[in-house]
Amino acid sequence: MSETARYYLKLAMPWLVMAALLLIWELACILFAIPEIILPRPTKIFEVFIARFDILLRFCLETLWTTTAGFLLAIAFGLLLGLAIGASPFVYSGLYPLLIAFNAIPKVAIVPILMIWLGVGAAPAVITAFVISFFPIVVNVATGLATIEPEMRDVMRSLGATQYEILTKVGIPRAMPYLFASLKVAITLAFIGSVISETVGGNRGIGFLMLSAGARNDAPTTFAGLFAIAIMGVAMYAVCALIEQRMTKWAFRGEVVG
Amino acid sequence: MAQAAENDGAPLVELRGVSLAYGRGADATLALSDATLSIDKGEFIAVVGPSGCGKSTLMKLVTGLLPPTSGDILVHGRRVTKPIRGVGMAFQNPTLMPWRTTRDNILLPLEVVEPHKQRFKANKAEYVERVEKLLASVGLGGFGDKYPWQLSGGMQQRSNLCRALVHEPEILMLDEPFGALDAFTREDLWGVMQKLWMERRFTAVLVTHDLREAAYLADTIYVMSKRPGRVIVKKTVDLPRPRTLESTFEPHFVEIVHELRDLIHQEYAV
Repeated sequence: MSETARYYLKLAMPWLVMAALLLIWELACILFAIPEIILPRPTKIFEVFIARFDILLRFCLETLWTTTAGFLLAIAFGLLLGLAIGASPFVYSGLYPLLIAFNAIPKVAIVPILMIWLGVGAAPAVITAFVISFFPIVVNVATGLATIEPEMRDVMRSLGATQYEILTKVGIPRAMPYLFASLKVAITLAFIGSVISETVGGNRGIGFLMLSAGARNDAPTTFAGLFAIAIMGVAMYAVCALIEQRMTKWAFRGEVVG
Repeated sequence: MAQAAENDGAPLVELRGVSLAYGRGADATLALSDATLSIDKGEFIAVVGPSGCGKSTLMKLVTGLLPPTSGDILVHGRRVTKPIRGVGMAFQNPTLMPWRTTRDNILLPLEVVEPHKQRFKANKAEYVERVEKLLASVGLGGFGDKYPWQLSGGMQQRSNLCRALVHEPEILMLDEPFGALDAFTREDLWGVMQKLWMERRFTAVLVTHDLREAAYLADTIYVMSKRPGRVIVKKTVDLPRPRTLESTFEPHFVEIVHELRDLIHQEYAV
């Protein structure tokens, strides 16, 4: 195989695998005569996807909005907390165990509490997306700061640099690749958070659409919703990955960008 | 560096009975014991000794990065209690920042050290020119735009020396700066180092385990015992400067290196 053919095959691989999976799914549904209410065929889902595109889009945009709002909150809060934990051993020893404990709580359990506090609507979804996605950001930013080479620190201290200067000149630039790496994980978690919230109780978003379609035994619409979430997830992941490459060229040693 | 005469030949750096223990209580290990030495202004000293003898510790003590467990460290006749300003440091690991270009890496001390810090934004062009000159003097002219990871190990170490010197520190601390380089590059950089020192006459402390390196660069060599490190011999290197690679094959040079080697072998034998 020639070099260019290998290159294009590599690019086409994800699409080929996806097509193969959908084909197997389609054939299995026909072959075993699976009722549509249990597992609709991909072509049927696609048909519904097109037919109800405007409704799907409206509900998707609601979810996208709450997810992005929660995600941005998570970045702001996660960055600040991560810097505090990474920069101060006292904040680290004080907060880290609490964070671990908090992260271990299944986030689905806090949605009813949020509903009591905030009512039904966008707010619980934003908060759920936020609490589920800020943890990896905090951990990564703190790790980036805590792993500054001791020699680097000595060089700065011998120049008479203040703690603040060490943080801004070494700590923050060094933590950036860690931050951007965590964003890719965090954005997918944020989607999980907002959809959980919409599914547990809510009157908006793609999670709510799927729930109500499910209640009407409308399996194709439910599956169309699933696909819509997956597409949004991949798209937002791609955005984060792109920003990562732009912002931290040096961490890739120019190879990816080159 | 014109204010040299003000304290009438008193040493710039003085260590009096300095000891340092890492850890506490029963776990404490004594890294350095009763070190006494003095460094004159503009002197180039080297500290050699068996591995783990506290050479690097000595360096951190002089710069105030570590407080001594006992004894006194004086710079300019004043006790050192916190990191002293105006020191340049270069380690075996070049510790250049990968997110900055070579030029911006070398500008770093000027962004941090007074009085440059205040003038930095307004006079950046002047400082950039200074960095370019310094880069050219170590044979790195035109490499300012490259990132450190685009440079070879030797070039990175040259940049590292530039960063340690750009703010014209009074004291330069070198902790095995050439240790990770191949022999040819290393000998080449000895020449670069000597040239910079002869031009600027800063006070230099070189920690190394390469005895030829110590004899090539230093005016005075301190030999340390194995852990806990004590200064066992002070050896003056009376070879004329500038020294060249040819000088390293002269009988007197070889004699000095032999003598140092014997001393350190005796330490291992004890």
